[in-house]
Amino acid sequence: MENNSRRGFMGKAFGAVAAVGAIGSLFAMKKSWDPLPSVRSAGFTTLDLSVYKENELITEKWRGKPIFVLKKTADMVASQTESQKARDIEVNGSHYMIAIGLCTHLGCIPAYNASNKGFLCACHGGQFDFAGDVTKVPPPRGFDIPPFKIEGNTLVLGEAGPEYTKMKESGVTL
Amino acid sequence: MAHFTKATSIKDWLNQRLAIETVERVMMSEYWIPKNINFLWAMGMVLVITFALLLVSGIFLLMYYQPHVDTAFYSVNYTIMREVDFGWLWRHVHGVAASVVFLIIYIHMFTGIYYGSYKKGREMIWVSGMLLFVAFSAEAFSGYMLPWGQMSYWAGMVITNLFSGGSLHADGLVEWIRGDYVPAQAFLTRFFMLHVLLIPLAIIGLIGLHFGALRIPHVNNQDGEEIDFDKEAKKYLAGDKAGSKVMRFANDFMSKDMMVVGIYLIFFFYLVFWNYGFAMDAVNFDPADGLKTPAHIYPEWYFLWSYEILRPFSVDIGLVAFGFAQVIFVLLPWLDRSPNTVPANRRGLFAIWFWVMLINLIVLTAMGKLPPEGMFSQIGFVSAIVFIVQWLMLPFITMFEKKV
Repeated sequence: MENNSRRGFMGKAFGAVAAVGAIGSLFAMKKSWDPLPSVRSAGFTTLDLSVYKENELITEKWRGKPIFVLKKTADMVASQTESQKARDIEVNGSHYMIAIGLCTHLGCIPAYNASNKGFLCACHGGQFDFAGDVTKVPPPRGFDIPPFKIEGNTLVLGEAGPEYTKMKESGVTL
Repeated sequence: MAHFTKATSIKDWLNQRLAIETVERVMMSEYWIPKNINFLWAMGMVLVITFALLLVSGIFLLMYYQPHVDTAFYSVNYTIMREVDFGWLWRHVHGVAASVVFLIIYIHMFTGIYYGSYKKGREMIWVSGMLLFVAFSAEAFSGYMLPWGQMSYWAGMVITNLFSGGSLHADGLVEWIRGDYVPAQAFLTRFFMLHVLLIPLAIIGLIGLHFGALRIPHVNNQDGEEIDFDKEAKKYLAGDKAGSKVMRFANDFMSKDMMVVGIYLIFFFYLVFWNYGFAMDAVNFDPADGLKTPAHIYPEWYFLWSYEILRPFSVDIGLVAFGFAQVIFVLLPWLDRSPNTVPANRRGLFAIWFWVMLINLIVLTAMGKLPPEGMFSQIGFVSAIVFIVQWLMLPFITMFEKKV
């Protein structure tokens, strides 16, 4: 009887030690799979917006994803609807469409046609206008906009500034 | 206390220390197999042999493969394919076996469903088998990442994106799985580890469990007859070999098993030498490029049916349907409410259920390969609905089945 309770105690004591060890190991294992600091710090891209030409699509790279940068012409800016304006990014008086260049359907990269000012995705025929809004399904929504922060004439991707936070809260982007 | 005597032979020496005669008797000569079976009962051994081929070819590939985003593609397509003597052989054996193993798994699975080999004490055989299917799927997917071609990259992107849970947008989880925002070095090395160590260990463990689960209920037979194995074994050992319903696993059953394996291996090496192309997707011969999506992203043929269940629906419903398709087979022993353990063709409505299920999976597979446009996407949609409805109906059609 005494032996049994001693064994019971030893069993419980081992259980407690093992449980602490198991939780600690799981924590370490989880953390080891996290993106490395070098990967995280490479998650910011700074764009100098003074170099872009009007109505010419440039593809930048941020976190391994293509980023579309399109400087809008005066005509484009003047013709913008409310929903297009909501997606507009204005820096130093110039207007830009800046978005993740992946079709929101299945992640293909649409191509820009400068003459009709729109994007066509070759995979399943989705279309977007110059502001990044969907004009033809299957894509469920316009291009997603990456977190950005305006700093003078540059734009930092990966950091959420007030303009981005506003877009996110109003549901313009996910 | 153990008492050892001077050994009379090497066999006797080993026998005293390892009881090899007992082991041989328990595992081979007195492990009893019913006589009333057919060639479909050899698929287990065919799978063991295919797994061995994967293991051996994998060991040789491992000696030259480099798990680095800059060198992985060339270590496979240049070093292994062109420089290493017979490197092409290991690669083609590995690729073909990875594809064919799923064909055999599906045959093995549907044999089990047809003959009711998941009931009356055989539930754990079924469950451990389905766990093996999951482990093999993970093994196939992680291996597909390693050549780091376009399909590797984009399949890795799409499949890890599934873990964002649609509208849940669990992007943190996806980044945690990848170790990066997109598939990159951390992703490649961890999937390399999973492919060569962790998942193979799990597979070997599960094979042990699968065999162990077979031990007590024994192998099923063509009529689902409940055999008294002790009685039949006594009859066999007493000399009435013809009258007994069972035979020895080795060498009696094994000799027939290996005959089927021989025919299989001829077919297998025909594929390896002359028709390996089906296992080597042309798109994957372009190096991975995160800024260029292939026009169509589709999985290998063995995942097409579940991919097609995901595809015709909107994102969230698709994920739920996909999750349903992944787990529902495991529950078969409990969804089949009938006590009958006989071939499907003697079970009335269940026979129709079985053949519709089999044909529908083939239709889903075909539609998954075709671009999701026009008629194909409608057929795919109907097939996906049929698949789900069939599983929901199963408890009801089997509940009212007549006892045979």
